[in-house]
Amino acid sequence: MEESKKPFQVDLGNLLAFNPFHSFPSVPTSRDELVKACLEEGTKLVQAVADSLFNLPSTEDVDGPLVKLPSPTTRLPREKHLPKPKPPTKWEEFAKKKGSIKKHKKDKVVWDEQTGTWKRRYGYDRVNDDKDIPIIDAKMTDEPGVDPFAKRQDDKKNRVEKQEKNRLQNLKQAAKVGALPSHVQLAATALPITGTQVPPKKVTKDELGNVAGMAATSTASGGKFDRKFPGEKPAKKQGKHRKFLPVVEGSGIGSREKEQTENVLNKLISKHSHEILNVDKAVTMYNVKKEKKARNRKNQEGKSSSGSNKLKPKKQLHKKTAKKGSGSSKKGKAK
Amino acid sequence: MMRIKTPKKGRVKRELEKRAPKLVETGKKTLILQGTKTSSILNAVLSEICHLKKGGVVRYTRKNDNIRPFESGGETSLEFFSLKTDCSIFVYGSHSKKRPNNLVIGRTYDHHIYDLVEVGVENFKSIESFTYDKKLAPLMGSKPFIAFVGEGFENVDELKHLKEVLLDLLRGEVVENINLAGLDRAYVCTAISSNKVYLSHCALRLKKSGTVVPRMELVEVGPSMDLVVRRHRLPNEGLRKEAMKTAKDQPKKKIKNVSTDAVQGTIGKIYIPDQKIGDMALPNKAKGVKRERREAKKKEANEHASKKQKEESE
Repeated sequence: MEESKKPFQVDLGNLLAFNPFHSFPSVPTSRDELVKACLEEGTKLVQAVADSLFNLPSTEDVDGPLVKLPSPTTRLPREKHLPKPKPPTKWEEFAKKKGSIKKHKKDKVVWDEQTGTWKRRYGYDRVNDDKDIPIIDAKMTDEPGVDPFAKRQDDKKNRVEKQEKNRLQNLKQAAKVGALPSHVQLAATALPITGTQVPPKKVTKDELGNVAGMAATSTASGGKFDRKFPGEKPAKKQGKHRKFLPVVEGSGIGSREKEQTENVLNKLISKHSHEILNVDKAVTMYNVKKEKKARNRKNQEGKSSSGSNKLKPKKQLHKKTAKKGSGSSKKGKAK
Repeated sequence: MMRIKTPKKGRVKRELEKRAPKLVETGKKTLILQGTKTSSILNAVLSEICHLKKGGVVRYTRKNDNIRPFESGGETSLEFFSLKTDCSIFVYGSHSKKRPNNLVIGRTYDHHIYDLVEVGVENFKSIESFTYDKKLAPLMGSKPFIAFVGEGFENVDELKHLKEVLLDLLRGEVVENINLAGLDRAYVCTAISSNKVYLSHCALRLKKSGTVVPRMELVEVGPSMDLVVRRHRLPNEGLRKEAMKTAKDQPKKKIKNVSTDAVQGTIGKIYIPDQKIGDMALPNKAKGVKRERREAKKKEANEHASKKQKEESE
């Protein structure tokens, strides 16, 4: 090391050295020479860093001497902004204004005198749980017809909801400053333009089960003869099917069937039965039916005439496959 | 209406916490990506930078047709990638007739572009072209020495800027403690002319010198290349000031009962609660305790008497 070239700028934190005074008197023409000159200069600088680095106090470790580096002196820009301080919540503001509210630390478990055991302060199996109270004393102020247990649960629900609302309000305030905790996001549930109140609902498990049940029972036999998979549970919602009233005569439902038929008969055989029949309507109905029949016949004729239709073989194929599908169910029947 | 959204899984939460702004930052991740057209040289340069920085780097290998860092509107997807990968340095390679073997090195602040330097790569020599003792090969993620040589880095604006960006790119993680046995690499950057920088990556050979400090020897292990500065964009002054803030600028929280003295160093105050020596049980019965023993005996005798009385009454 030459003493005259000592003033290198050394930044130990980054293991960086900088020689601002070096300049090539004449840039070497060949590449090899240039590289050699550069490396020589570089070695000097690295040596300068090492000089101060190896003279730092070190502690011996299994892997080698450990040295505590000073913080870097070269200032480089940050990656992200400095974390912003969280604004006080409404409660904190209130407590500060009030001044004398002391928050002392609460134990996680509390002695429960009723059961004589230690219990959690909050959460599952907690002390003084509303659910554990078997009897609530009636008071003079109680309103008749109000279930005190239900009221208790309702109150609790409201308290939880209110707290959630307060939390959201505080978080909104924090978001305004940009001091939201890193794992929390505030998502809009409704667009400001359309103003939809409720986000689109997800299909629940029960609803899916209902739909699956309907599909399973929509075969000709109502799903009775379909092959079941091992462990398959009976379909949940079977859908509505036509129900017949019992024909056997009796007093309750047994008489209902007779009533129904009698009602219809009475209508037809009554004195003014001719008034029931709307002649105009009957005529139009008859006409429409006739027309429909004629149209159907025409269509069938047209199909049979276009025997060279390209679509025809395809259709047959489809029919075959359909038959195969139904065949499997027939097999089930045979069993 | 707003809804509070929190991660359902711990892994996601930890990842988000990792990405949150910190008081003291330890290092920047690098994103390496390319434009629609690259040359074989550029491909090699990008992959070798990736290789050198392994551990703190994200490499995108697809073509990107809408990234033009210097143009307005061309930085949108770059900023998005920076946000997505949590990288704040990017190296973007592109190759065109006007700017062959072009490398744009830039930094972001809060996932917005902070500054940019554009360099052309010349005289590139890849890692494979160097032959050396493989025992010297630097280990992954080791902290490098960085040497800048030349007055150009002080006097020429572009080079001064390039120096800062290169330092940020190459320095690796900021650490507090370092193992001296683990020092095995160095980067040497030399300003050859007013716009050209020779950059090479060397391994270190520590030789005995008779003193505590070993003699350093540099062995070139590649890659090495010439960087020709083309365009550059400095950050605007306001952004610069904002980005240069450090945790030190913040007033330090006062620690109770600890004071520093110029002579004695740090002094701590300790408050010991009353030890209540009077209530303490003695380990052995000394002579002075005898009187108490006598009293105890008396008590016992009394109790016995009362018990006997009770038994009799029963």
